[in-house]
Amino acid sequence: MKIGKAFHPQISPICADEKEPRAHAMTSVSLVCDLSWFNLRNLRNLRIDSRFYGMSAPLIEIRSAPHVQSAKTVETIMRNVVYSLLPICTFYVFQYGISALLSIAVVTGACLLTERFFVGTGTQAGRLSDYSAVITGILLALTLPPGFPLWMGAVAGMVAIALGKALFGGIGFNVFNPALVGRAFVQAAFPTAIATYTPSFLPGRFTEFIPSTLAWPLMIPDSAAAWLKAKNLDALAGATPLAKWKFDGVLANADELLTSLSGHMAVGPSPLLILLCGAYLASRRFMDWRIPLAVLGSAALTAWLLFAFDPARYPNPFFMLFSGGLILGAVYMATDMATSPVTPKGMWVYGALIGLLTVVIRYYSGLPEGVMYAILIANAASPLIEKITQPVPFGRGVLDRVKKRATYPLNPGYISREEASAVTPKKRFLPNKPKK
Amino acid sequence: MKLVSYFRGEAFQRGVHPPGCKLTAERKIRRLPFPDRVTVPLSQHIGKVPRAIVRVGQEVVRGQPIAKSDEWLSVPHHAPLSGVVEFIGLRPGMRGPWVESIVIRAHRGATQEDLWGRPRDLSQASGQDILQAIWDSGMVGLGGAAFPTHAKLSVPKQAKVHTLVVNGCECEPYLTCDHRVMIEQSADLIAGIRYAMRATGAVRAIIGVEDNKPDAVQVLRQAIADAAAAGVTEEIHVEAVPTKYPQGAEKMLITALFGAEMPAGGLPIALGMVVSNVGTLAALGKLLPLGQGLTERVVTVTGPGVARPGDYRVILGTPLKFVLDYAGAPAVDAMDARQVILGGPMMGQAIGSLDVPITKGVSGVLVFRREDMQSRESRQTYPCIKCGECVESCPMGLNPSTLGMLAAKREYDLMGEQYYLGDCFECGCCTYVCPSNIPLVQQFRVAKQILREKAA
Repeated sequence: MKIGKAFHPQISPICADEKEPRAHAMTSVSLVCDLSWFNLRNLRNLRIDSRFYGMSAPLIEIRSAPHVQSAKTVETIMRNVVYSLLPICTFYVFQYGISALLSIAVVTGACLLTERFFVGTGTQAGRLSDYSAVITGILLALTLPPGFPLWMGAVAGMVAIALGKALFGGIGFNVFNPALVGRAFVQAAFPTAIATYTPSFLPGRFTEFIPSTLAWPLMIPDSAAAWLKAKNLDALAGATPLAKWKFDGVLANADELLTSLSGHMAVGPSPLLILLCGAYLASRRFMDWRIPLAVLGSAALTAWLLFAFDPARYPNPFFMLFSGGLILGAVYMATDMATSPVTPKGMWVYGALIGLLTVVIRYYSGLPEGVMYAILIANAASPLIEKITQPVPFGRGVLDRVKKRATYPLNPGYISREEASAVTPKKRFLPNKPKK
Repeated sequence: MKLVSYFRGEAFQRGVHPPGCKLTAERKIRRLPFPDRVTVPLSQHIGKVPRAIVRVGQEVVRGQPIAKSDEWLSVPHHAPLSGVVEFIGLRPGMRGPWVESIVIRAHRGATQEDLWGRPRDLSQASGQDILQAIWDSGMVGLGGAAFPTHAKLSVPKQAKVHTLVVNGCECEPYLTCDHRVMIEQSADLIAGIRYAMRATGAVRAIIGVEDNKPDAVQVLRQAIADAAAAGVTEEIHVEAVPTKYPQGAEKMLITALFGAEMPAGGLPIALGMVVSNVGTLAALGKLLPLGQGLTERVVTVTGPGVARPGDYRVILGTPLKFVLDYAGAPAVDAMDARQVILGGPMMGQAIGSLDVPITKGVSGVLVFRREDMQSRESRQTYPCIKCGECVESCPMGLNPSTLGMLAAKREYDLMGEQYYLGDCFECGCCTYVCPSNIPLVQQFRVAKQILREKAA
């Protein structure tokens, strides 16, 4: 019986003692164990055993339950997000030509190189092959203007991974969305370049770079106005719909916002395509559907309330939803798993906060666009949101909530009322308050 | 499908849908030959460990009591075969530590009939008599928990039981022993249900069967109709419940049938119910009229590493090596590393030695080959990416993500007080869905054990 107390594979603190999560794999995988292991500890039993059964010692491995696992891994999630981004990127390149293509390639490459450096030095969890840096790179490129100087894009990518991710410890540990950290940095560092949009569907976009793209490293690009003038385009054509509304009071039409096929307006990646790809991700459960719904719903509601209050001063909710980066932010940025709450209720609160903040920033601040700051602020609030929206455990909610349409009544009718009340607990079970 | 059952209010919330892999659902139960020796561990159930009442060298007959205890929460053991007691002492146990066991060597050529029983007519017996008969038969819950059945079926004075819930869900992948028992022993099951209803004073019994076993539902409905035609007056229903893991947990089954959440920390008896497994009641229905003890049970031997998977009627104490040799997983080719699991793949126990015997609580033996485990071994472990899959799958409505992070920080007290660690019944859903491959359940087991030790 002494041996019995000494050896408890069930309860030996194998995994909880490991601070380094990467070590779990080793400890949980194999504790190869054969009979000789026991024999070292009890020679008396060795003799009995060999007398009974001979000394066969097949290799059996011990793991802790469950012994089966679903096929979904971090890699499959991230890879599917990348797949869903590909159509968006393709259309974006179709809109803006080779400048956009090169921008996506350079920013993603910068992210991957930075990730490679930090993973290689061992300061960051995760692996290069988990595709998370690819997502960061593509998303970051999609939020930048297509003619953004490539060297600035590379800086944005490096900052995104280094400050947004590696600093916190890598995948899963980051507090803020890395792509938005990178964008916030370049927004502060290069305010002119990031506000310089060029119109989409320019003629010759597949043969000619937007001049600002090829600016020398550490050099500020020339203004795009001269280049646009040479193309017989109004310099203002490069303004985004939000900037136009904010500074000129011009509202864009719906078709311009949705596809930008009719005019030369400078909108970012196509909102309809993003919604479509987001629907694919949500249907395969690689993304939570609650957050985009909460963001868009809350933004539309806030915008509609203000629009109803004063239609002359505030634009309609449709314009709010489909201009700027709100759709991209709601579908791809806000749903970043590591920086959003895990609790279902928390996701609604978090999404609603983003929608509200976006509209407020767009209306009342000096900036035309507010999605980025709204998401970053909500990221910071996410641990707090999670803390106050913990799920109610089974059997700890309000007990009277017996579903009416259950198959059987809880008490059979032929038990009298007195007897029924004797067996049904009257106490209401509410969540325990934490003990001090 | 999930949406439909949600709006109809049938299933519990959350849970997972692992692939069924019920390889043996179509095969009849077969009897395994008797081994040369059986090892009967004295501790096979929850509660006090009984004492051996035989000596080394003593001859025993199949069905004769060989271990007994005067404690209430304990059951006797019976000799699984006729032979000579060869050894009483430590033998390998399924949880790792060696346990006190009785080894019996079979008489060659003995008839091996169960001769010890005292057949009697229980048709007029009172509930107390039936409880006593159940106690004498050494019956424990055959679903896996191995809680003494007489203790489960005896109702405290202040409580009143109106419903007997019979658990035929068998939600674990691979296992089919309850499924086959329901089909092949439906008459025994009805008899067992009637005994249990009389013992508890329940006025109705509801058999909950997962809807992936329509044949079992049909057979049971027929059996109930037959029994009613033969003059049985008890009210027995069969209900198909949605297939979902862990539907077989008693709290989840009660939610599926009655739409009510059992209060946390409470027993079904608080709602006037007693839950019992179909295998247990079928065995009761067979053994009680004969007055015999529990000496055998149905075990599903299955998995990719077994050549002839099936449900086998195995005498208790049969070494796993014998079972696996018979079912076509020769244990002797020592170079092939493999994993042998007692129970189902979600909650089962991996064992370290093939000398471990089949005990009363073992419902299945699963064998995975090396190549079956490779995909798990090659899987990279990541930090928690907070995808929320575990929160969406936890049937108890806990937050495994936060609990896991607290466990890594060793904040065990916080886990217990604010995040309801005690409610976790280790079903394994969170670990099953975790894309980061974090062994959440194992962390919770450790944390619970540490909290238990702290409290003691």
